[in-house]
Amino acid sequence: MPILGADMSAGTLVAWRKNPGDGVKRGDIIATVETDKGLIDVEIFVSGVIEEVLVQPGATVPTGTVLAIIREEVLAPAPAIAVGAPPPAAVPAFRPPAPAAPPPAPAVPGRLRISPLAKKLAAELEVDPATVRGTGPGGAITREDIERAARPQPAAAEPQRPTVEIDRQTRMRQTIGAAMARSKREIPHYYLSTTIDMQRALAWLTEENGRRPVADRLLYGVLLMKAVALALREVPELNAVWVGDRVVPSAAIHVGVAISLRGGGVVAPALHDADRQSLGDLMRNFRDLVQRARAGGLRSSELSDPTITVTSLGEQGVETVFGIIYPPQVAIVGFGKLVERPWSAEGRIVSRPLVTATLSADHRVTDGHRGGLFLAAVDRLLQEPGRL
Amino acid sequence: MTRDEIRATVLRVLGEVAPEADLASLKPDIGLREQLDVDSMDLLNFVIGLHNALNVEIPETDYPKLATLDGCVEYLMAVRGAAR
Repeated sequence: MPILGADMSAGTLVAWRKNPGDGVKRGDIIATVETDKGLIDVEIFVSGVIEEVLVQPGATVPTGTVLAIIREEVLAPAPAIAVGAPPPAAVPAFRPPAPAAPPPAPAVPGRLRISPLAKKLAAELEVDPATVRGTGPGGAITREDIERAARPQPAAAEPQRPTVEIDRQTRMRQTIGAAMARSKREIPHYYLSTTIDMQRALAWLTEENGRRPVADRLLYGVLLMKAVALALREVPELNAVWVGDRVVPSAAIHVGVAISLRGGGVVAPALHDADRQSLGDLMRNFRDLVQRARAGGLRSSELSDPTITVTSLGEQGVETVFGIIYPPQVAIVGFGKLVERPWSAEGRIVSRPLVTATLSADHRVTDGHRGGLFLAAVDRLLQEPGRL
Repeated sequence: MTRDEIRATVLRVLGEVAPEADLASLKPDIGLREQLDVDSMDLLNFVIGLHNALNVEIPETDYPKLATLDGCVEYLMAVRGAAR
């Protein structure tokens, strides 16, 4: 059961989309699970064959529970496997499902079954492979096992879940509350804000939308998202996630956008590689993301991949957003309402549409100087909207 | 199209944009945003839906005219009338 955010501790398997024996490739959707954030399509991150499903539809299991065993298409035999152990059988690209999954190999001191890639990753993430339960063929420790072991462990599931059906909203509030409480407890936040003159951006947007067919029009918020994504290139420390007790900078910029759900609650799925998308593509993908967030059908990677979050509450009349960082991210950017206010420009007092941009950031990772440079970059980028 | 047909089309598109909305209790002269808790993305989807259903091009500058149900019907009647 994938961890689809720091506020998720369990999920219900709704349906398998693939069957034992089916070949799967990276990016395929293999199952649908229900979480407090709705129905989520679970993607697979390796290519291979589904050997066995371990969790049946309808079952609610804690995050981290192995849902199925997948025999990877390619698994380089680790030298360590051969030491005193029977040589591993060659793994064909696709093979018929075995009648039963082989049980994980018992841990034998000095004979860990671990791929070279997983071993290297374990060293990088300071994970002791001897403490990791392998889920690969023959109990081999895979890269995913190491990554899972390096993640902060969610609180253990209640041994006995209450039998009273708690409504979805209550559960969502509880999970959001738990994640935010953890954030405020563990992350030393610092907060910065700046006021941005949006006249040029709005004038450009009006002209641009006048040229576009109605279905291709851009929303103002997309300019903000793109500006944030590009500003992160200049201050990349803010584009990172905690893995265990280490901050891992992300080469890719996956902007999580806060989307309010009908009836309450919020999700912040990722717009992948937001800095590399044109405004038109970003708008199309944002529109698709909002639709799927509200109707169901987000993909697991969209919930687990954000490297920063952007939230805008301007339409609700809020002028300044004091965001709470969503772990394991290290920053959240907020935008408030567009307000027409007096503004000093070119030696004159003029009326301008202004927006307050805020940054909440993790003081363990950056300081106010870098945060200030980031907000200045957002402002500068929005003064040249045609280059976004 | 008659006024009633346009009104029905507007309500149908609204229902597609905000499926949880109780359209039966919608007050025609009160703002849609206030009553339906819709946002700018919903509004854009609403305009696209009207465009697809009625083949009308609604410029952004006319969005304020779509603020209420009555406003939508009046605006679309005028636009379609002018187009004939």
